[in-house]
Amino acid sequence: MTHPAIAAHGLRKSYGDKTVLDGVDLAVGEGTIFSLLGPNGAGKTTVVKILSTLVSADPASGPIRVGGHDLAADPRAVRAAIGVTGQFSAVDGLITGAENMLLMADLHHLSRGEGRRVTAELLERFDLTEAASKPASTYSGGMKRRLDIAMTLVGSPRIIFLDEPTTGLDPRSRHNMWQIIRELVTDGVTAFLTTQYLEEADELADRIAVLDNGRIAAEGTAEELKRLIPGGHVRLRFTDPAAYRNAASALREATRHDESLALQIPSGGSQRELRSLLDWLDAAGIEADELTVHTPDLDDVFFALTGPTGIPDQHKETAR
Amino acid sequence: MSSLSLAVRDCSTMLRRNLLHARRYPSLTLNLLLTPIMLLLLFVYIFGDTMSAGIDGGDRSDYVAYIVPGLLLMTIGSTTIGTAVSVSNDMTEGIIARFRTMAIHRPSVLVGHVVGSVLQSVMSVVLVGAVAVAIGFRSTDATVLEWLAAFGLLVLFALALTWIAVGMGLISPNAEAAGNNAMPLILLPLLSSAFVPLDSMPGWFQPVARYQPFTPAIETLRGLLLGTGIGDNGWLAVAWCLGLAVLGYFWSASKFDQDPR
Repeated sequence: MTHPAIAAHGLRKSYGDKTVLDGVDLAVGEGTIFSLLGPNGAGKTTVVKILSTLVSADPASGPIRVGGHDLAADPRAVRAAIGVTGQFSAVDGLITGAENMLLMADLHHLSRGEGRRVTAELLERFDLTEAASKPASTYSGGMKRRLDIAMTLVGSPRIIFLDEPTTGLDPRSRHNMWQIIRELVTDGVTAFLTTQYLEEADELADRIAVLDNGRIAAEGTAEELKRLIPGGHVRLRFTDPAAYRNAASALREATRHDESLALQIPSGGSQRELRSLLDWLDAAGIEADELTVHTPDLDDVFFALTGPTGIPDQHKETAR
Repeated sequence: MSSLSLAVRDCSTMLRRNLLHARRYPSLTLNLLLTPIMLLLLFVYIFGDTMSAGIDGGDRSDYVAYIVPGLLLMTIGSTTIGTAVSVSNDMTEGIIARFRTMAIHRPSVLVGHVVGSVLQSVMSVVLVGAVAVAIGFRSTDATVLEWLAAFGLLVLFALALTWIAVGMGLISPNAEAAGNNAMPLILLPLLSSAFVPLDSMPGWFQPVARYQPFTPAIETLRGLLLGTGIGDNGWLAVAWCLGLAVLGYFWSASKFDQDPR
C-alpha cells in the first residue's frame, strides 16, 4: 500500500466519560473496498463520522489523512474528495428525487446543463427515473438508499463512505447495492464500508477490520481472518446415548455436547486429516449417525473476536 | 470562481431549497398568519370600543390606526416561530449531515433559512397589511421616503428576529421545543406599546415595555406611517435590530459549527 486513501493512527473519541473509540489504526488502499465490521454499538458509525469530517476526533488522536489531506488542518479539501452515504438516508424528504439530485448538482457547482445531464444519468442508472418527480418521503427503503447513493455520486467523489448501506434492505435490494459498490470500485473509487453482516464483508471487501469496544480486534483479508481462529472441526452426532457415552470416553480431546449427543473434534478439514480421523474412529469401533465438517467462516471470527463470550460454535445455528 | 461568488451561489441554492419547502408545505406559514389576523379582528371588533376609549378618547378607526403597526411587527414575530420550528426540523434530517460533509459554504444552510424566512415575513406583513387596509387602516400623510423607511425597518426587524429564531431552532432538540423556545417572539409584543399606550401601564413596568425591542420599532413604524413623534425610538429600533441580527448570526453559526448531537 504505497499511497493510502485513508490513514488514521490512534483514533480516539469519547462522549463524556464514555469511550467510544480507544485508539483505532486504519489504512485503506486506493481503489479498494475496506470493511469495518462490528456489532451494534462498536463505534463503526463514529469512525465514519470522524473520517467524513462530521464530528471531530479527540485531541489525543494521532494524525488522520483522507484523500491525502490532513483532516484537522484542511477539512474542506477532505470534503471535496469524499462522498458519504449515512446509515439514515441523507435525502431531503420534502422535495422530489430529481430536485434532490439537482440540489447536489448545484452544490457541486455544476453548470445547469451538466447538472441536468449527470442527474438524468444517475437517476437512470439507479432505476429512479420513473419515481424522479415524486417526493423522496414517499420512496421505499431501497429506493431511498439508491437515491442516497446517487446523490453521493453527483460530485464524482474519489472516496466513498458507506455506513451500513444495506441495513434494512430486502435480499434483492441488498444484492443490487453490492453490485453498485463493486462497479464503483472498478472505476477506481475507494470504498469504506461499515457493516454488521459478515456475509457482506466477505462478499465485497478486500480488507476487513473487526471493531469491538472501540478497538480493532483483528485486521486482514477475509482469508487471513478465517485463519486466525481455530474454528475448524468435525462434528459427530449420535442418536443412541450409550454409543455417545462410549465415543465420548474414547475421544478425550473432543468437546462434548451432552444435550444434543454430539462430539466436536478439532480438525482443519483437509482430506488427509479426515481420512486419519475416520481410520481412527473405525479402529475404536465408533459409528456416528451423522458426520459434518465445519470450516471456519467469518461468523466464527466475529464471535471469537467480539463480545463478552468468545465461543464460536455455539452461535453457529442462530447466526446463519 | 472566487470563494465569495461560490459562497453566494451556495446561499442561493439553499434559499431555493427553502422556498421550495415553503411552497410545497405552506400550511405552517399560513397557520402562523392566523394569530396576528385574529388578534387584529379581536381587538378592533370585540374589544375595540373599550380599547379606543383608552387612547385619548378616539373612536374605533383611531384604534385601528393605533394597533396596526404593532400587529405588523407581531406578524414578523409569528413568522419567525415558524423559522425556529423548521430549522429544528431540518437539523434532524439526514440531509443536513450530508451538507456538513460537503465542500460548501457552511453558513449557507442557515443563510438559506434566514433569507427565505425574511421573504416569508415580508409576504405575511403584506397580507396582514391588506387585511388592515380592508378594515379601514389608512396611512395618513406618509411620503414615499417614509414608506421606504417603514419597509426597510420591517425587513431589518425580520432579519434580526429571524437570526435569533434560527439560533433557537438550533438549540432545540425537536420541533415542539423550538416552538416553545421561540414563544417570546410572539409574546413580547403583548408587553409593548402595540395594544395600549405605555403610560397606561403600571409605573414599575413602563421601563421594561419602553426598552424591549418591539416598542421602539412599533413607535418608529407608527411615526413613519401615521406622523406621530419618533424621537429616539428610531435609533433605538435600528440598534436593537442590528444588535440582535449580529448576535443571532454569531450564536447560530457557532451552534451550527459544533459537532451535531
